[in-house]
Amino acid sequence: MNTQPAQTDSRIEADKRAAFADRLYFRRRIYNGIGLIFATASTGFGLFWLAWILWTTFYTGISALNGKLFTMMTPPPGDEGGLLNAFAGSAMICLLAILIGAPIGIAAGTYLAEYAKKSRLGEAIRFFNDILLSAPSIVLGMFVYTVVVKQVGHYSAFSGSLALALIVLPVVVRTTDEMLKLVPSAMREAGLSLGVPQWKVTMQVLYRAALPGIVTGVLLALARISGETAPLLFTAFDNQFWSTNVGQPMASIPVVIYKFAMSADAGWKSLAWAGALIVTLFVLALSLLSRAILLRNKVSND
Amino acid sequence: MTNPNIPLATTSSVTLVTPPPGADAKTGATAAPPKMSAQGLDFYYDKYHALKNVSLDIAERKVTALIGPSGCGKSTLLRIFNRIYSIYPRLEAKGKVLLDGDNILDPKYPLNRLRSKVGMVFQKPVPFPMSIYDNVAYAIRHYEKLSKADMDVRVEEALRQGALWDEVKAKLNQSALGLSGGQQQRLCIARAVALKPEVILLDEPTSALDPIATGKIEQLVEELKERYTIAIVTHNMQQASRVSDYTAFMYLGELIEFGDTTTIFENPTKKMTEDYITGRYG
Repeated sequence: MNTQPAQTDSRIEADKRAAFADRLYFRRRIYNGIGLIFATASTGFGLFWLAWILWTTFYTGISALNGKLFTMMTPPPGDEGGLLNAFAGSAMICLLAILIGAPIGIAAGTYLAEYAKKSRLGEAIRFFNDILLSAPSIVLGMFVYTVVVKQVGHYSAFSGSLALALIVLPVVVRTTDEMLKLVPSAMREAGLSLGVPQWKVTMQVLYRAALPGIVTGVLLALARISGETAPLLFTAFDNQFWSTNVGQPMASIPVVIYKFAMSADAGWKSLAWAGALIVTLFVLALSLLSRAILLRNKVSND
Repeated sequence: MTNPNIPLATTSSVTLVTPPPGADAKTGATAAPPKMSAQGLDFYYDKYHALKNVSLDIAERKVTALIGPSGCGKSTLLRIFNRIYSIYPRLEAKGKVLLDGDNILDPKYPLNRLRSKVGMVFQKPVPFPMSIYDNVAYAIRHYEKLSKADMDVRVEEALRQGALWDEVKAKLNQSALGLSGGQQQRLCIARAVALKPEVILLDEPTSALDPIATGKIEQLVEELKERYTIAIVTHNMQQASRVSDYTAFMYLGELIEFGDTTTIFENPTKKMTEDYITGRYG
């Protein structure tokens, strides 16, 4: 190898640069490591509490699970019993809330996405819908209490459903709006260019494309209301006995949990844990189901 | 920019273009009577003046290509021909577009009739999220009540015209979303053809497709012009020269030159056209 001075110079220069790059890279690796540690620690901190809550719920709830839970009514203190009337009540109240809230929500979301689009009215409705979305549920309960319960003169399952429907409504409006907006505008144009009127294109083409998303929105709304307690306290109230009369007070899982968990009675307490476990599992199942629906249909809009 | 009468746009300076509004439209570029004819057409996106005094004829059972750089207004022009632009607020077309002599921009012209006569295929294939069969049958059901057997015949006919039948006849009830991009686009053509339109508008129908799928679509266009009047917007100059009988070159919202494709490509009268076609800009 014959090395000439000029070449040697450039070689030294290159070595210097390489050394500098090595130092720089080393520093970056350290920063990266520190960042990673913080991020992991934060995640771990968050998950720790979640795991603790879930563990307590499972551990305490599972020991309280037994066949009577689904066959017997809520007992008086000191007695044996189950949660059958509360399960049935919750199912009825929540389903009725979905039946009231979801159709109105889907219709309103469709109006926003397909007709109001970016108009000022549409933006105003979206704004108020977002406020309703984050409204404390106890406020919605009070509203229904004042508007319905006080007027009628007694608590009723139906008024509970109304309060929960007010929670369902903004969730469904939002998801329907968002999901329809995800449908490519070319699909609207393709439908309309065939001479098919807008309402038909919306109902027959766009809904199909957005259906998985809309169903997911409804399921998530159901998950949200199935654990709601505050709005039911002064609407559906509670009922110690079996009841299917929506005009009368009705038991529901969250309210029963609220009542039983605060008592001193050991039987009541374990029933509260069992109820909490079932609600948690139900919400978990709904979340998984809605994820599955979305994942399975992910490619549909491409 | 907002003056529609700057020199380039004046119809007298445009080769082989139809005379200005009011004159007889049949003395234009083409010997056959025009199927559609834009006359003194202006278009506004809110305040933006996107088309400036455009006049051109779409000859019956021929392929007319609209070329020009992005933003020149070629797609805008195409989207006026079936008034699809009207679904968006604040867009306005002024002037006349005649379809068999009737002004389709007249609000009294029924949109239903217009869109059943003038079909459209878009840049991105947009099959509806339903079966292949239903994609084709969907629009037919809106206009006609057919028995199952008659509908089968119509769907097959449309799919054959879309050069898709042999590939899908065994899976008509499967979702159209499972087809390849090229197949989806031919399905969209079949869907447009199923209504038995008179004019088919193709808005860059191959820009999302690979060369083989593009070749198939071009061949299909060749076959379709036996029955239908076709207007195609394309960015691909070779495509325009391959498939079209007439070519319109547009620039910044104006029709620069319009004539039969051979002349436009081999012997354009405008320097601008020549520069664009030879790839000097655009």
